[in-house]
Amino acid sequence: MQGKCGLFFTSYRGEAQIFQSGFQKLMVGLFILVLLAAPAVLNVHLTSIMNLIFIAVIGAVSLNLLTGVCGQISLGHGAFIGVGAYAAGQCTLHGVPFPLAILVAGLITAMVGMVFGVPSLRLKGIYLAIATLAAQLVLEYVFLHGGVLTGGSNGLLLDPPTILGFSFDTDARMYYLLFFFAAASLLMVSNIMRTKYGRAFVSIRDFYLSAEIVGVNLFRYKLAAFGLSSFLAGVAGGLWGHYTGYISAEQFNIGLSISYLAMIIIGGLGTVLGSVFGAVFIVLLPEVLNVLANSVGGYFPDIAQSIVALREGVFGLVLILFLIFEPEGLAHRWRLIKAYWKLYPFAH
Amino acid sequence: MEYYLQLIVNGLVVGGIYSLVALGFVIIYKATKVVNFAQGELVMVGAYICFALTVQYNIPFVWAFFITLGFSILLGLAIERMVLRPLIGEEHISVIMVTVGMSSVLKSLVQLFWGTQIRVYPSVLPTEPIVIAGLPIAPVYIAAFALSVILFAVFSAFFKYSRTGIAMRATAFDQQAAQSMGIGIKNIFAMSWCIACIVSAVGGIILGNINGINSHIGHLGLKVFPAVILGGLDSLLGAALGGLIIGVLENVCDGAARQFLGLGGFREVAAFIILVIILMIKPYGLFGTKEIERV
Repeated sequence: MQGKCGLFFTSYRGEAQIFQSGFQKLMVGLFILVLLAAPAVLNVHLTSIMNLIFIAVIGAVSLNLLTGVCGQISLGHGAFIGVGAYAAGQCTLHGVPFPLAILVAGLITAMVGMVFGVPSLRLKGIYLAIATLAAQLVLEYVFLHGGVLTGGSNGLLLDPPTILGFSFDTDARMYYLLFFFAAASLLMVSNIMRTKYGRAFVSIRDFYLSAEIVGVNLFRYKLAAFGLSSFLAGVAGGLWGHYTGYISAEQFNIGLSISYLAMIIIGGLGTVLGSVFGAVFIVLLPEVLNVLANSVGGYFPDIAQSIVALREGVFGLVLILFLIFEPEGLAHRWRLIKAYWKLYPFAH
Repeated sequence: MEYYLQLIVNGLVVGGIYSLVALGFVIIYKATKVVNFAQGELVMVGAYICFALTVQYNIPFVWAFFITLGFSILLGLAIERMVLRPLIGEEHISVIMVTVGMSSVLKSLVQLFWGTQIRVYPSVLPTEPIVIAGLPIAPVYIAAFALSVILFAVFSAFFKYSRTGIAMRATAFDQQAAQSMGIGIKNIFAMSWCIACIVSAVGGIILGNINGINSHIGHLGLKVFPAVILGGLDSLLGAALGGLIIGVLENVCDGAARQFLGLGGFREVAAFIILVIILMIKPYGLFGTKEIERV
């Protein structure tokens, strides 16, 4: 880790800190303050977008732990999020308090994720991707035909979450709850990456044989990666279900899995910051397209119609362009921008 | 019993189309080690081009068929040159995701031009069913199956006997060795995409003749995965057999689930449950090359 100019470490503890300099801590603190004050300024629509971003951040950071850090490609993340949503929904419908429901949803999803992670010991790369694709489609089928458990094609109707009698029934109230969970998830994953588990994950990703030779138990750590990642996915699903108030099988289709993969690729594989960038980017993309369609629509109604029809295509195009021109993701670009200003006006 | 015989026959016909799509998939994987998630969309594009030529421009079906094949070659070249070549040497996940991105682009382009409703081809073959061994079968099904078999035979022969085919096999076996023997790897890559586009387009045209087309036939691409995994990712024979087996199994499982359990729509997942079982027992499929690693 390269320290900033004038930043010297006198202890290992200091070097392993998440925020190393006082300035960094100050900036992060200010950023958090701005985020906390935001709902007072933003209108309902913008607040709801922020809420969706927070949920996407949790999902993206959890997938990044599995795919970016541990190298296990998962095309079934959308379905795991769905498992969390249904589990949490069933809990609260049966009178379990909301925080406990979220915890249970995380644990159930972790178990489901670990079951589908078992093939990962024998399968690598593309074969694993296809196995998780199978998991996605099988779970989708279960959601649609789960009878009372999932509400079948009718889905489940949920009430807003309530903690100790306080109901999070407006977007602004929900904002703080989701902000708390998003921040906690980011902190959790940052910390996992600094522990023995995180280092083991990275070693498995980089070369699994070397990892095994230096004593990493592949089966155990791969399962742990699936478990931890699915736990957070379950939390994200539980929050999402209670936020939108309605769960149906179509929400958790293969498209959701793909958009989460797109988030971590566009943001940057294997970095916590990248998950945030990717989540913001992918959630904002359709909103920006909408604004664009509306503003152009006044002059050329035909084009506006096409923009809406082309939304999926634009998503695909953005993905392709990112992979070709910015394969390291936005987090890498962010580092380059910071380095530029740090060194300005000298290039080196 | 007759119920199941009918299911098996229908499964073979659908399986024939799976085989064609799987053939394209395997050719790309064999030569370039790229897993193409846009295979179903290539089928869709071929089907719509042929549809546009026959219905909207009133070109006779046979001519439209060949023009579509020509278009497929151009499409294959464009995809390889613009999308895949910049990604040579990148990680698995990047290459997978670029084909995923490509599939959304192709799908939305088709929706932009032709909308989402079902379009029906004018019937090329007589609709009167032919009775074989007591089972009525529509001629279009027989033609579809025959066409799949012919294409498979043609490509097998191409790979076995033609210079280009041998060069493609050499590239698949060892890219560096092939290159040092004077084989232009990039041309081989481009050619494998062209062939994949061609067989997919044929699959799409057949499909259009059977059921009509809408913008969701791209889902067929997902169905190809169980077929190719069962056959082995890099085996042509495996693709052909895998497609047929998956087609039959999924039809029979669906029929059985409907009859005994009263479950609807089991067809959608049957193939994937089979897939997981295959992956656990024989990860490299029936004819796939085993990746052996020694330390």
